[in-house]
Amino acid sequence: MTAGNVSKYVYTAIILFLLWIVLTSTFFWEEILAGLVLSAMVAAMGYSLFTDKGLGNFSPKRLAYFLVYIPVFLWDVIKANLDVAYRVLSPKMPIKPGIVEIHTDLKSDIAKLGLANSITLTPGTLTLDIDDDRLFIHWIYVRTTDIKEASEEIGGKFERYMKVIFE
Amino acid sequence: MNFYTVLEYIGMFLVFVGALFLFLGALGIFRLPDVYNRLQAGTKATTLGAFGAIIGIGLMRPEWLPKAILIAVFILMTNPISSHALARASYRRGIKLWDRSVVDRYGPYLREKEEKEGKR
Amino acid sequence: MTFWIVCSGIVLVAVFLATVRAIAGPTVSDRLVAVDALTTITVALMVILGFIYGREIYLDVALVYAVLAFMGVLIVARYMEGGL
Repeated sequence: MTAGNVSKYVYTAIILFLLWIVLTSTFFWEEILAGLVLSAMVAAMGYSLFTDKGLGNFSPKRLAYFLVYIPVFLWDVIKANLDVAYRVLSPKMPIKPGIVEIHTDLKSDIAKLGLANSITLTPGTLTLDIDDDRLFIHWIYVRTTDIKEASEEIGGKFERYMKVIFE
Repeated sequence: MNFYTVLEYIGMFLVFVGALFLFLGALGIFRLPDVYNRLQAGTKATTLGAFGAIIGIGLMRPEWLPKAILIAVFILMTNPISSHALARASYRRGIKLWDRSVVDRYGPYLREKEEKEGKR
Repeated sequence: MTFWIVCSGIVLVAVFLATVRAIAGPTVSDRLVAVDALTTITVALMVILGFIYGREIYLDVALVYAVLAFMGVLIVARYMEGGL
């Protein structure tokens, strides 16, 4: 499911222009004009590599899921850090590490990247490698080695968001 | 007590928490037993630590906030990738798991893959 | 001012611990993990320093350093894996 070239081009130009605004943080019209020209040029060179969906990324459903995803994700990152703090500070170091395998239903590369990054930043897990639908996870405290259970416990929550946001 | 003072106090709190987590991450790298466990602590704690500190500074100086958010989001997106690359490289280089690890599903997978490629 | 001294002290201890691991680490990977953490700590420190000195340019330095450190770690990891 890929979008047309025009949609891809416009999407890339918009993102680049927003980046320009943030980086310069000024509102003189010369700067804005230069940003417009440059982002139009750079987008012409790189739009086919930059995105698959083009303007489809701005659909209201995706944006809504993305906005809900941010607090969910940040809360999980905070939990992960309290977990790390507990394991590092307690004198006995309650760790039971191992590498488990989980499966995912996601198809597109960018969605898998999002899933792997989310898994790395959430409690006790670190993505080691991805091969098609198999993910290898280093788990600091292994609770189950069963593929199904581990998939649900580690990635289930994020998979539902990633499916809407990136696929 | 106006709005900017409140923002400044929130910012100071975030910077302090961030510094604390940076310390915890470094302590984890110092204490934990093998590369993979160190990566776990290092990635998570230093990412949140840097995130907190940078956003905190952004709140204390609201005109810096957009750029601060850009740096923080960049760190949040790239740190997991570099830790993943490091973990995979260490494993393929033959660095062993800690001897009290309970399970390793990755080693058998790699051997299986090598055999398949050898046959081809 | 005391607040900044306390924060800098905490981060300084963190830098010290990570440096010890970078020097002592039994394998190359251990050293790299420590260096990777150090780069993240450095980015945070640059932003804090920028606030203390009141110079916005430090933010740009931090951004460029974050990009370069990320690429550096990726390249060294690929090199370790043997597939540069």
